[in-house]
Amino acid sequence: MSSWTDKRPMSPHVSIWRWHITMASSILHRVTGLANYAGAALIVAWLFATAAGPDYYEPLAAVVGSIWGQLVLFGFTLSVCYHLLSGVRHLFWDAGKGFNPKFASFIGAVNLVLAVVLAVAIWLLAGLVPGIDPLHMTGAA
Amino acid sequence: MSKESIRTPLGKVRGLGSAKHGAGHFIAQRVSAIALIFLVPWFLISLIGAVRGGYDGALAWVADPINAVLTLLATGAALYHMRLGMQVVVEDYIAKHGTKNLLLILNTFVCVVLFVAAAYSVLKIAIS
Repeated sequence: MSSWTDKRPMSPHVSIWRWHITMASSILHRVTGLANYAGAALIVAWLFATAAGPDYYEPLAAVVGSIWGQLVLFGFTLSVCYHLLSGVRHLFWDAGKGFNPKFASFIGAVNLVLAVVLAVAIWLLAGLVPGIDPLHMTGAA
Repeated sequence: MSKESIRTPLGKVRGLGSAKHGAGHFIAQRVSAIALIFLVPWFLISLIGAVRGGYDGALAWVADPINAVLTLLATGAALYHMRLGMQVVVEDYIAKHGTKNLLLILNTFVCVVLFVAAAYSVLKIAIS
């Protein structure tokens, strides 16, 4: 016998549940929210560096422009795309719509795919991927 | 509980419930989310154009009155929204009273400092 004597029902622990899409998308919403917290700090750092002058701007631009900086930036783009789409889904839920389990699972998967497509599209169309610039964005400052 | 207790049933439960601010928090989180649906896509697309021109391009972008106002709105709504979001995460996972309150205060400080830094930066560039 376990030493647990409280007769009240326990909240089901995560480990006894099979992973499913609505659960994953809910966890991802929280994780991307936390990632966006860090990303927002980076945006503010960029604004501050712009106000503080080239001595602050150039080092920051060099770090962000490096391969690791670009990776973080793409991750941030992906995180923002996911959290925004997922957030819209949550607003519909708050309005009492979209609770049908089948539809909820479907929209969760759509959300995930759409976030990746959106982030990749933004980077491709904006000419952020070296060698690819369909809209000639890099030419016009 | 002993029968001799002179505390009223109300006295026993007082202070054990919610802080009565749940609904306000819930609504504020949603209202800022709705604002961000419009502000974030604009900011994301506009920002990519701004960083193209290097330091001078960034400076000219923030100096534009429309960009300045929308950037203030975007950073304001985003930092408010993420303060509320982080508060929920801390309240969910940190049970220890002292640590929880410390992190909640830290969360507020970080978001306020970030907003003041953003507002100062935008206004300094836009009004000069």
